[in-house]
Formats: sequence, structure tokens, C-alpha cells
Amino acid sequence: MGGINRSYIVSRLLLWLLTIFIGATLIFIIPRLSPGDPVAAMVSRMMAQSGYVENSTAMIEAWRVKFGLDGPWYVQYLNFLKSCFTLDFGYSLTQFPSRVDEMIGRAVPWTVGLLTFATLVTFIAGNLIGALMGWRKTPNSVRSALPLLLTFSSIPPFIFGLILMFIFAFWLGWLPFSGGVDSQYPEGFNWPYIKSILEHATLPALAIVLTNMGGWALGMRGMMITTDGEDYMLLAQAKGLRPSRLFFRYAVRNAMLPQLTALALSLGLLVGGSTLVETYFVYPGIGWLLYSAITNNDYTLMGGIVFILILTTATAVLIIDLIYPLIDPRISHARR
Amino acid sequence: MATVAAESKPKAVSRVNRFDSPWFNPKLVIGIVMLVLVGFSGIIGDQLWDPTLARVASSPLDLPPPWCPSTIAGVPICTSENVGTWDHPLGTESNGRDMLAVLLTGSPRSLRVGLIAATVGMVIGVILGCIAGFMGGTVDRVITTISDSWITIPSLAVLIVISAFVRQISAETMAILISLFAWPGPTRLIRAQVLTLRERGYIRMARLSGASTLDVIFGEMMPNMLPYIAASFTGNVSGAILASTGLEALGLGPTRIPTLGMTIFYANQKAAVIRGMTWWYVLPILVLALIFTNLFNIATGLDEVANPRLRGLNTKE
Repeated sequence: MGGINRSYIVSRLLLWLLTIFIGATLIFIIPRLSPGDPVAAMVSRMMAQSGYVENSTAMIEAWRVKFGLDGPWYVQYLNFLKSCFTLDFGYSLTQFPSRVDEMIGRAVPWTVGLLTFATLVTFIAGNLIGALMGWRKTPNSVRSALPLLLTFSSIPPFIFGLILMFIFAFWLGWLPFSGGVDSQYPEGFNWPYIKSILEHATLPALAIVLTNMGGWALGMRGMMITTDGEDYMLLAQAKGLRPSRLFFRYAVRNAMLPQLTALALSLGLLVGGSTLVETYFVYPGIGWLLYSAITNNDYTLMGGIVFILILTTATAVLIIDLIYPLIDPRISHARR
Repeated sequence: MATVAAESKPKAVSRVNRFDSPWFNPKLVIGIVMLVLVGFSGIIGDQLWDPTLARVASSPLDLPPPWCPSTIAGVPICTSENVGTWDHPLGTESNGRDMLAVLLTGSPRSLRVGLIAATVGMVIGVILGCIAGFMGGTVDRVITTISDSWITIPSLAVLIVISAFVRQISAETMAILISLFAWPGPTRLIRAQVLTLRERGYIRMARLSGASTLDVIFGEMMPNMLPYIAASFTGNVSGAILASTGLEALGLGPTRIPTLGMTIFYANQKAAVIRGMTWWYVLPILVLALIFTNLFNIATGLDEVANPRLRGLNTKE
């Protein structure tokens, strides 16, 4: 644990707490700044459906207590922070008996699966392509792929998804249009079920991978060119090392480091962007759940999801920041 | 373009010709020209094409573009039972909007939202960055800490929730909301630049000769930071357009005026892909790709202005 000392870890943890605190505060403030009262809106929707609701004032009061919307603002705020801390967001406003944490719990595996896979593929493929671009011995035919990749990355992933849908689902009919899994297969660890999951995940994952690869490739290419000019590369070459060893162990390994920091920062964008991809592919993950919460005016569910998104992003960035000195011994947070 | 040229002129001391300035590199010029064209497409388009055709039910429904074949070599390009007419050269969609009018009125709007959001974010960033860089100490620590933690918040998710509460949103309000997440990047950049520039000889010289802090910032530092600021600004425009398109594509943007994102939202909602109405979503996608590609061109061009090494590298290739 060379470069890390306790004061760095403490300050980094405080920053993590602050991020989550700011996020939680935003989620608390936003609904209260906007006109309209979710509970009153719900009762008026019931009235519109059934004509007249008996004891509506009493009902509004009861719901306020139930959803923590009663009392002065600071009590509400403290209660809200407590619910964030315990990850207990109460009940969903529109699907009453189901709890917010259960609904999120059901959606999380889908998103985590999709994003982990897509991010890994994007990161590895993008960096490998970028590294080849910046490598002098790469044939020109490979180099010409970069402009193509960059064209893809100029399109937002969810929009690119529409084009993929057109090609692979509408025209070729190889893959399903949308959804997470075919409901005809029994849930469980059996091949048709897994195959169906993979088939449904392919297009959304491809949309994320193809649109994000270009950025990584571009950054990596720049780093490779810089690395190539270093003295140790010349020495390694002079020693007569195998080209593959030179490429992976000497050039790529060093050029890769700044990319890891970028990976941390890109996570936030990725999580937000996947909301759109999931919505367009009706993929049953967190993003789609957020979208359905918005269309149903389910405010408690919305708050819970956004808090979870903020929490996971902040934590991922924290982890990368903490392991970074282990990867790059030159980065040291110790004050000597 | 005019301002860029005017600023670079006095600096070109002993160049062979005036156009040898790094500001005239092809990527930058092409990018700016293309975006100016997109920006003015609304004004020019109003003269050539009726903008009221962008309204709902102003045109017949579901007409394909007349030049678009229904299939090429078995690939369904524009599937439709209707026959397109030259009254609607880019076809119409299922709400009865003319696609050409939609693109002409929608594209400059997307660009404008991006520009407003990025400008507000940049102004905040310059102010906070300069304050942090110059004052140092506790002020610096507070600003850096807040911007560091703000930058990790997944902005789109928060923006989605905000727009969900503010149902009727105008394009300007949306731009301001997006700018809430556009300031930490510039703040960090400007702070870092101020910190390095502060110790340069000419800055010390200026301060010793009694120049006020504002004079030092705007007279001495800003001209040197310009390429960085411009590159970061371009990145922010791109991010803001991405965010606004995202919100619109979820049906959370301004609903009264046609935008590119909203067009895609309706195309998705009314199953344009399954119905084979390619023109409905491919055309706005192409415009967006044009905008993003040229913003990227500008950013690379500015990078070459700021970083002479990249220029040398390009000539070698």
C-alpha cells in the first residue's frame, strides 16, 4: 500500500460523503421547489376516476404522514436523510403495496449486468484499438478505422440503438426489438432462459459499446504517441524484446494509466446515459424503472432510484481513486 | 469566425501571410462554418420553406420522401403504403408534421440550448475558477471540494427528475437547468490554469507594475487561456446538446415547439422502426451527428491551437 496514507483516505471518504449529501439534498429540494403536491395530485387523479372520494382531506393527511410529507421542512429533511442512510425509501406512490427498495432490487441486476459487460468491452476494445492506432508498426488499413469509430461516437447511444434496432431486429430479424427476456421461458438457470437474456442484451450493449469506443480509442492513441517517444521504449527496443512484449508490457501498460482516471469520470455519464438506452429498448433495469416512475408520477420511487444512482457512481469513483496508487506507483498521496 | 480572426491578427507578428495563424486550421474552420450553417438554417429556412408546416396536422400523415425507394437490394429503406410527393421532400410523420420544416426549425434550437447552457456554465466556471486560483486557502478548498463532488453526480438522472417535476418547460429553462451541471468542469480547468500562469514571469511583472487583479485576469491571463477555454466550451456545448436531446427524447423537453429530440421521441413512441418509417428517425439522427461531429472538429482544431506539438504530429502523418 505504498502511496496511500490515512489522511488521504479520510479526505477522500469525506468527499464521497459530501457528494452523496449534495445528491440527497438535491433530491429533497427539487420536488419541494416545484409547483404541485404529489399527494393532492394523486387524490385528484382518484377523483377523476371515481367521481368523488369520501374523506379526501383526511386521506391526504394520512398519506402525508405515511410518505413523510408532514411536519416542518427540517424534520422532513432529517427524516429524508435518515431514509437515505438506511436505504429505506418507503412505499411506491403508485404501486402502493410494493416497496421502493424491492422494486429497485429487482431492477439492479439487469442494469449492473448490462453496464458491467458493456463498459468492460468498450474499455478493452476502445483502448486496444487506440493503442494500435498510436503504434508505429500498425498497418494503415487498421488506422483508417478510427474516423469510422469517431463517427459512431458522435451519435448518442440511445439514438444509435434505433439504427441497430432497424438493422438487426427489423431488417435482418436476428435479435429481439426490446425487453429483457422472453416471458415464455421459465425463470432459472437453464439454457433457453439465459440465451434469451443474452439475445435481449446484445443490442443495448452494442449501442453503448460502439458509441463509446471512439472516445477511448482517441485518448489512448494520444497517450501511445507520447509513450512511444520515451527513452525506456528505445532501450527496450535496443534490448531486442519481442514486439508483442514491447507493445503490451511497455507501451500499453504505461499509456493506459490516464485512461483509468477517465473511466472513473465516465461512469457517471454512463449511468445517466444508460437510462435512455434502457428506456428505448424497454430493458427492465434501473433506467427504465426511472422512466416509468416519471410517467406514473411516482415521486418516492424516483427519489429512491436517483439516490441509488448517485450512491453507486460516487462509490465507483471512490474505489477507482483509492486503487489508483496501487496501479501507478508514481502517483502518491503521501505527503513526504 | 469574425471574432476569432480579429483576435489572432495583432498577434501574427512576423508570419509570411495572415492566414498562417494556427486559428485557421481546417478542422476549426470547417467545424465553425458547418455549425453557423446549422444555426442559421432556421432563418434561411423560413424564407425558403414554410415553418408552419412543422406544426401538428399541417400536412398529410406518414408520407415517405418521394426520392426514397421502398427497398434497395432487399433492404427495407422507406416502407410505406403511401406515395410521397414533392410537396414534402423529406416526407411527413404520424403527427402530420413536415420533416423538412421540423428539421429546419428544430436543429438551430438544439444548438441554441447547447450554447446557452455552455455559456452560463462557462461564466460560472471562469468566476469560480479565478476566485479559487487567486484567493487560495479555505476559499480554494471549498470551491474545489464542491466542484469535485458535484462532477460525480450523474447529471442526466437528476435532470430527468427536475424536468419531470417542471412539466411545462421552455427551451431556455432547460438550458439553465443543464448549466447547473456544466460549471464544475470549467471551474477545475480555469483554476488549474490560473495556478500555473500565476507564477509565470510576465504575470508577476504585471502585478509588480501595479495592475489590478481584474486587469491581470482579463488582460494577461485570459488571452493565454483562450484555446483551453474555447475547447472546454465546445465540449460543454456538446454535452449540453446531448443532455437536452436526451431529455427531449424521453418526452421531458419543451413540448410546444418541435425539437430534434422530440422528433425521435415520437418516432420511438409511435413505433417508427417496426413500421419501417426510416426517414422519421434517420433524418434527425443525421442532423445530430452533423452537429456533434463538427463540435468535435472544433475541439480538435482548438487543441491544435493550444498544443503546437499536435500540429507537428499532423504534418508528419
